[in-house]
Amino acid sequence: MATRTQALEVPAGLDAKPTSLWRDAFGRLVRNRMAVVGGVIVLILVFLAIFGPFLTPYPYSAIDYKAMAATGGIPVPPLSMGHLFGTDNLGHDLFSRILDGARISMTVALVVQVVVIFIGIPMGAAAGWFGGRMDNLLMRITDVVYAFPDLLFIILLSISFKDTWFGGAVDGLLLVFVAIGIVSWVTMARLVRGQILSLKETEYVEAARAIGVSDFRIVSRHLLPNAIGPVIVAITLGIPSAILAESTLAFLGIGVNPPRASWGTLINDGSLWMSSTPHMLVFPAIAIALALLSFTFLGDGLRDALDPKLKGKQ
Amino acid sequence: MTAYIIRRVLWLIPVLFVVSVITFALMHSAPGGPWQREKPLPAATVALLDEKYKLDQPVIVQYLTWAGNMLTGDLGPSYKYRSRDVNDMVASGIGPTLQLGVMAFLLSVLVGIPLGVIAALRQNKVPDYLATGISVIGIATPSFVLAFLLVLIFASGLHWFPTGGWRGPETWVMPTVALAAFPIAQIARYTRASMLEVTRKDYVRTAQSKGLKERSIVVVHMIRNALIPVVTILGPIFAGLVTGSFIIETIYSIPGIGKFYVNSIGQRDYGVIMAMTMLYAAAVAVMNLVVDIGYAYIDPRIRYS
Amino acid sequence: MTVTDDDRRTDAAVTELPDHVQVATEEGRRLAQQLSDADTRHARKLLEVRNLTTHFFTKEGVVHAVDDVSFEIDYGETLGLVGESGCGKSVTALSLTRLVPNPPGRIVRGEIIFDGIDLMKLSEEEMRLLRGKKIGFIFQDPMTSLNPTLTIGYQIAESARIHMGLSRKVADDRAVELLSKVGIPRSRERMRDYPHQFSGGMRQRVMIAIALACDPMLLLADEPTTALDVTIQAQILDLIRSLSEEFGTAVILITHDLGIAAGMCNRVNVMYAGRIVETALVDDIFERPRMPYTWGLMDSLPRLDEERGARLRTIEGMPPDLLSPPDACRFAPRCDYVRDVCREDEPELTRRDEERHLARCWGTEAEGWIK
Repeated sequence: MATRTQALEVPAGLDAKPTSLWRDAFGRLVRNRMAVVGGVIVLILVFLAIFGPFLTPYPYSAIDYKAMAATGGIPVPPLSMGHLFGTDNLGHDLFSRILDGARISMTVALVVQVVVIFIGIPMGAAAGWFGGRMDNLLMRITDVVYAFPDLLFIILLSISFKDTWFGGAVDGLLLVFVAIGIVSWVTMARLVRGQILSLKETEYVEAARAIGVSDFRIVSRHLLPNAIGPVIVAITLGIPSAILAESTLAFLGIGVNPPRASWGTLINDGSLWMSSTPHMLVFPAIAIALALLSFTFLGDGLRDALDPKLKGKQ
Repeated sequence: MTAYIIRRVLWLIPVLFVVSVITFALMHSAPGGPWQREKPLPAATVALLDEKYKLDQPVIVQYLTWAGNMLTGDLGPSYKYRSRDVNDMVASGIGPTLQLGVMAFLLSVLVGIPLGVIAALRQNKVPDYLATGISVIGIATPSFVLAFLLVLIFASGLHWFPTGGWRGPETWVMPTVALAAFPIAQIARYTRASMLEVTRKDYVRTAQSKGLKERSIVVVHMIRNALIPVVTILGPIFAGLVTGSFIIETIYSIPGIGKFYVNSIGQRDYGVIMAMTMLYAAAVAVMNLVVDIGYAYIDPRIRYS
Repeated sequence: MTVTDDDRRTDAAVTELPDHVQVATEEGRRLAQQLSDADTRHARKLLEVRNLTTHFFTKEGVVHAVDDVSFEIDYGETLGLVGESGCGKSVTALSLTRLVPNPPGRIVRGEIIFDGIDLMKLSEEEMRLLRGKKIGFIFQDPMTSLNPTLTIGYQIAESARIHMGLSRKVADDRAVELLSKVGIPRSRERMRDYPHQFSGGMRQRVMIAIALACDPMLLLADEPTTALDVTIQAQILDLIRSLSEEFGTAVILITHDLGIAAGMCNRVNVMYAGRIVETALVDDIFERPRMPYTWGLMDSLPRLDEERGARLRTIEGMPPDLLSPPDACRFAPRCDYVRDVCREDEPELTRRDEERHLARCWGTEAEGWIK
């Protein structure tokens, strides 16, 4: 209600400080406590993903035979024998494995969104701008992709190519990127299409057309920049979905090849030992929870910040 | 409206056709086959099996055979469970899967929507924080993690529920909750946001100016409008439940079709993969149709023609 | 949606009781007593507003949206509340029905005596029973003020059902009658239509029907024609005028257009920056406006007696910051006749030539200086 009354009652020109839209949005973002916490955790995760190997004395694949011998093959509990998070049942340092898992998750987050941006945005823009056959084609593809349950398709694709060079590339992750990317770009394309469709009818587009600006230039210079807010939000909120999809695949034993382990793999391993040594399940579960929450909070904050009209939407 | 529904149902045919072609192509494009074992079978055995199951024929012929059989209601043989055909497996597994899916869907809607409404009406008060807390748990915990945590706490720890199986109501609780947690969170978040949006609408002020009771304003004037955007996410949510269910079925050893599906993919059990994919795709497509019809029902401005 | 049905049933059960039984609470009984106490009615005003002050408590500070506003209105009279957007007219109207969104808004001071009852002293429940029944409200934008998911028949009959204790069927009949009164043809068939099936002008007619559903004593019309085409505007204004005459309803017409006020009102209050700056009978204010702001408003009207092509004048500048209104004439920064005193001291609303012609101005050279 605050929004309406303020718009209604506070006379214009009150705070006519010339601030740019982006600076305004940034100001709103940093005032949002949840978004700031989310953003900080995201930065930490990114930092850990990049510098992880330098922060731990053990490589993720190293096995601590001495510790294993000492415990008699039982996972080392946290904070003992030089292992911060303990080890798994094979003697791998859990902290190192979780750091490598962060690297996998962040890579998935990044690469999938790159795929989404480079396929989804041009496809959506073309469909929205040209309409007609282009638009029809996109909508039909959308129908098929939406009818195909995401995870089924990803699993099918992953299993089919598992034993090819393509399935083995980047420790098996390339296949995961492509599979998740294929089902994710459609949502972005639809979003951009909708934005373009609604912006297409605005006066400034009419004006640009009237003075003979080319189609490509109108779309790239006039329409897309105006659609950028929702796109940024969709990208940020697409990241937790991608992370979740990757770890679900890993949980089912699809995706990254051993000895590397995704958080999903760790959770699957941990589930076998959860009654006796729950730390093997709990630490990766906390890691994935932090990643999912931080990106979600950041995305929510960005949405509120970039579109003040939606203030209050979660 | 009837014409629209008929058109949508007819449109399902090409969509499902494309889905089946993609699935079939993917399965057969990869090296290996259903007879691949750790210890390879003798080539003669493989050839015999291939001949028996007509896997030696061109892929197109195989597809047409499969499609023809499917249209007559024969889903074909299973290469893994050689004593059963796919019809058997679907018949025995569809019950638990359907029940789990429907219960989880109802739970998400019946908990998620009231949670969102209450959170919005008591914005920044205890119920709001409670609802937000539940949402946070739902978002932060993937269903497979939650499934294990529930087992750890309520089965191994408190012994309230059995760790798995599908024998009666006490075995239904944990799988349903594990599967519904994420959709509950999503629906609650959407509903809350949508209710807050509706609170600011002019027609709510009109309702206030008429001197209506707070409760009438919320129930008659706000909730229905607030549900319009929520309905649009029910389709994707249902799709999520469908795919989520086979993980949950695997974890809780529920004898549904999801468990067969996960096993069959690794085994290249073509018949099972095809049948299950088509089943899931059809379920999602039908659900999307139902959602679109429901959408027109609650928003009188939408009229399909 | 079973909850909805339950709710409707309870409402119907309550409203089918006779009017006086309905108000069962202690306060309700007192209210009913006061409402039926018509003997003294002729001696008093329908509405007396005294020192009404409404603030909005925002992050940036306290916005003095309505600042010490007093006025009154007779039974059946039409009063215009005129001023630029943001001057506090709409908040004044919302304050009268205690519908100022809270938070951030709150009526911090003042009395609102409506038909002998001090509205500020009523409980929320008593206030609710007045809204829609004794005071009807028409809002600016008919496109957004009607609920898109309810039939217009339901929306009109709703207040008749809850306030007049009519059964569903009787209330529907009344709604049909109201619809034809506001000029909607084939009214019985159109009861089942939804707002999106009506044009803007038609929707505003529906809003009028809703506002008049319980035959209120006062109609608050907040910019009722601003969102409409010019040709439709006149029709809607005619409709408000003829119906208020027929029903004997007093009207507070909020508008930024002095021309509309001229055609509709008995009296006009000009508001500026949260305050009333001039009030007079409509003829007086047009013949002898006594405040430079009012002149400015009049100069910005298109006139028939001017040469074609003459430019419309505008009032330069912006209204002042209502976060910390200056202790001076609030119009001074934009006033062509400003003197030092205007910037140092705020003028009171004082009487001018005619008895009920007040203005808040230190005067101009031509009109004579007051201070």
